[in-house]
Amino acid sequence: MEAATVAKQTLSQPTQVYQVFIKSTPEQIWQAITDPDFTTRYFHGSRVELKLVAGSEYRGYSPDRSQLWVDGEVVEVDAPRRLVHTWRARYEPDMAQEEPSRVTWEIEEREGGMCLLTVVHDQLDGAPKTAQSVSGEGWMYVLSGLKTVLETGQALPAFQQQ
Amino acid sequence: MDDDRVFKALADPSRRLLLDRLFERDGRTLTEMTADLDMTRFGVMKHLQVLVDAGVVVTRKVGRTRLHYLNPVPIQQIHDRWIDKYRSRHAHTLADLKTELEGA
Repeated sequence: MEAATVAKQTLSQPTQVYQVFIKSTPEQIWQAITDPDFTTRYFHGSRVELKLVAGSEYRGYSPDRSQLWVDGEVVEVDAPRRLVHTWRARYEPDMAQEEPSRVTWEIEEREGGMCLLTVVHDQLDGAPKTAQSVSGEGWMYVLSGLKTVLETGQALPAFQQQ
Repeated sequence: MDDDRVFKALADPSRRLLLDRLFERDGRTLTEMTADLDMTRFGVMKHLQVLVDAGVVVTRKVGRTRLHYLNPVPIQQIHDRWIDKYRSRHAHTLADLKTELEGA
């Protein structure tokens, strides 16, 4: 099978799972994923605004808040362990037409001051372009940025200007 | 997810084959992983456990079935730590050489 064919298959996976160990507390990780001033430091600069109540809106804005990049609905909140919300990418017209998908954040405390953060992006069957956009480097860049900010206090180079 | 475990996990052709299968299609059961492979179910289980311990494979329970997913993060971290770094120094050396030769 050609490499390009293999890559294409992987990019359209309807369920994607990412896991990373972070030397931090569940409370700090929780703040990092729910506080808009924190998300700008690793989430492609995005201000993520949400109320911690199931059924409320989930919004990801551009850094200056002029554009809506992602919208969705908060599905489940169990602070500081579990957050589930739907996700519809608005940053490309093609993707905005697709079905909403779902993102689940799970924080598990481990030994030695470490936490295991798991991100599951699923229900992507009706959103193949979104699946391709977020897969691999998309989520990995967000998660390694999150890890770096929490462990070193420094944002990755691309976001240091903000 | 320490580097030693990831390198050990990758240092086996059967385990790399299992990773490639998950790369082609993620979220497989043990039975699906074992299908048309020249490995026993026990062998596949054993290798999957090494991959899980290294963090490169993550299992999720969906109803009563356990599905296996590829977690690309540790391999990316190995790349950032052990490949990108040396490649960029190599590239700098060549760039310096070019500057020196062309400047001379």
